[in-house]
Amino acid sequence: MKYSIFSLARAALSGHQNWQRTWRDAAPKDRYDVVIIGGGGHGLATAWFLASEFGIRNVAVLEKGWIGSGNAGRNTTIIRSNYGLPGNTGFYELSMKLWERMEQDLNYNSMVSQRGVINLYHSDAQRDAYARRGNTMRINGIDAELLDQPALKKMMPFLNFDHARFPVQGGLLQRRGGTARHDAVVWGYAHAASGLGVDIIQNCEVSGFTRDANGKVTGVETSRGKIGAGKVGMAVAGSSSRVAAMAGLRLPIESHVLQAFVSEAIKPLLPNVMTFGAGHFYVSQSDKGGLVFGGDIDGYNSYAQRGNLPVVEDVCEGGMALIPMIGRVRLLRQWGGIMDMSMDGSPIIDKSPVEGLYLNAGWCYGGFKATPGSGFVFAHLLARDESHKEAALFRLDRFRRGAMIDEKGQGAQPNLH
Amino acid sequence: MRIVCPFCGERELGEFTYLGDAKPQRPAADAGEDAVYDYVYLRDNIAGVMSEHWYHGGGCRAWLKVTRNTLTHEITAVEPAAGAGAAKVGA
Ligand SMILES: Cc1cc2nc3c(=O)[nH]c(=O)nc-3n(C[C@H](O)[C@H](O)[C@H](O)COP(=O)(O)OP(=O)(O)OC[C@H]3O[C@@H](n4cnc5c(N)ncnc54)[C@H](O)[C@@H]3O)c2cc1C
Ligand SMILES: [Zn+2]
Repeated sequence: MKYSIFSLARAALSGHQNWQRTWRDAAPKDRYDVVIIGGGGHGLATAWFLASEFGIRNVAVLEKGWIGSGNAGRNTTIIRSNYGLPGNTGFYELSMKLWERMEQDLNYNSMVSQRGVINLYHSDAQRDAYARRGNTMRINGIDAELLDQPALKKMMPFLNFDHARFPVQGGLLQRRGGTARHDAVVWGYAHAASGLGVDIIQNCEVSGFTRDANGKVTGVETSRGKIGAGKVGMAVAGSSSRVAAMAGLRLPIESHVLQAFVSEAIKPLLPNVMTFGAGHFYVSQSDKGGLVFGGDIDGYNSYAQRGNLPVVEDVCEGGMALIPMIGRVRLLRQWGGIMDMSMDGSPIIDKSPVEGLYLNAGWCYGGFKATPGSGFVFAHLLARDESHKEAALFRLDRFRRGAMIDEKGQGAQPNLH
Repeated sequence: MRIVCPFCGERELGEFTYLGDAKPQRPAADAGEDAVYDYVYLRDNIAGVMSEHWYHGGGCRAWLKVTRNTLTHEITAVEPAAGAGAAKVGA
């Protein structure tokens, strides 16, 4: 179905009783040209771009639960392209450009809100680092503005500017950054991909790979039977090591939990997305009024999809340090998601060492903003068997070659990224 | 999650720092590039019972070897890690 002002009016006038399903709940066929494992944002975006850009429509997305039940529905919805390292800068900007036309492309309201993302700085050294990052962005045609304290005070007068340890001196602002409604991103890609013939198969867990005599992957074994495939792409977020292990691969990845928090709804307070550069705290205000925030990962391997109290305390302290008034706001909900933490904090989009199996992994906690870009470059890789130029540095062998993309400069320790 | 340090008793998680999987062993100096790549970068990333290193920085400052289930966070054993501090315990 196609949404338009008339379809909305028709549905409203008939008491919202006649909304149609937005994607087909398909049953598996025997064989597809491409099978994507994982019905999160990345898997669904990949399927959509395969069908819409690369003309490959005999595609299935296999999801063990329901689409969007993983990190696509658990993240804090921040989108931005304020990265400083080669590899990241161009890729995230490609993604940002796709966010900017997503609603038109998909005919779906994913509520992309370019309300701005501001990273605060608290010392002269940090200001210089942000100035450099901002310059890198501008050289690459990406918007960035370095704000000093008076400019910031006009925009966000409620910040704790005189904090004794981490005074807020200013911030690096990307006005084109912001948020998007994460569930709607999943539904939008499902809606559009399904419309082009892609099969979206839920409750279908991949439990193994079928291989030919040369070891090439020929399909997958699932809870709904064997499904043949010309190529298999995995986009399983926090489960990458587990799925890759079924093909005998070990990856430079650990699974860690990241928690997120939502407060009760309050009147409009925060004009944009804000990050605390000295601690680790980031926050935005949802359209319903809740403050949506998070901080560091819990820092140890976990598949438990729930976190622990020290990080709850740390995140709340970070929030209080910056915006003391939120101490009076009650916490409504808290949850955790399991993410791939790669050894350098950057993603892996590449052919795997097993023929026929392709990797889209290692997104750490910044992978939501990557959704459209990741889908585009992964579809490019699956369709053409070569990396898209904006993903050329996200290769698996970069660790062996010493060509890591370590945006934080932390070294090979996943829990520090 | 609380960890029962063999030296300090049961303490809250905030006192500890995580290093990671205790299984990788530093290869010999002449072991070659593959062995070093494997040691530094590749991980089993177990979903289940895993043996890992934790540092009790907020207490006795000893390195510990903790047996923990990554699916449930349940801890079944904590012992001193091999090394100087642990060697003294055995003596
Ligand atoms: C709390 C939290 C906050 C975050 N905040 C942000 C943010 O503000 N901005 C940002 O850019 N990023 C953020 N992230 C990171 C971001 O959510 C992820 O990097 C990104 O969503 C991962 O891609 P995905 O959406 O495809 O993953 P998922 O939605 O997790 O998709 C993977 C899917 O694979 C399925 N699957 C796994 N194994 C199998 C199998 N064997 N068979 C079939 N299906 C399988 C899973 O069920 C899952 O649905 C956050 C993450 C968390 C946890
Ligand atoms: Zn101790």
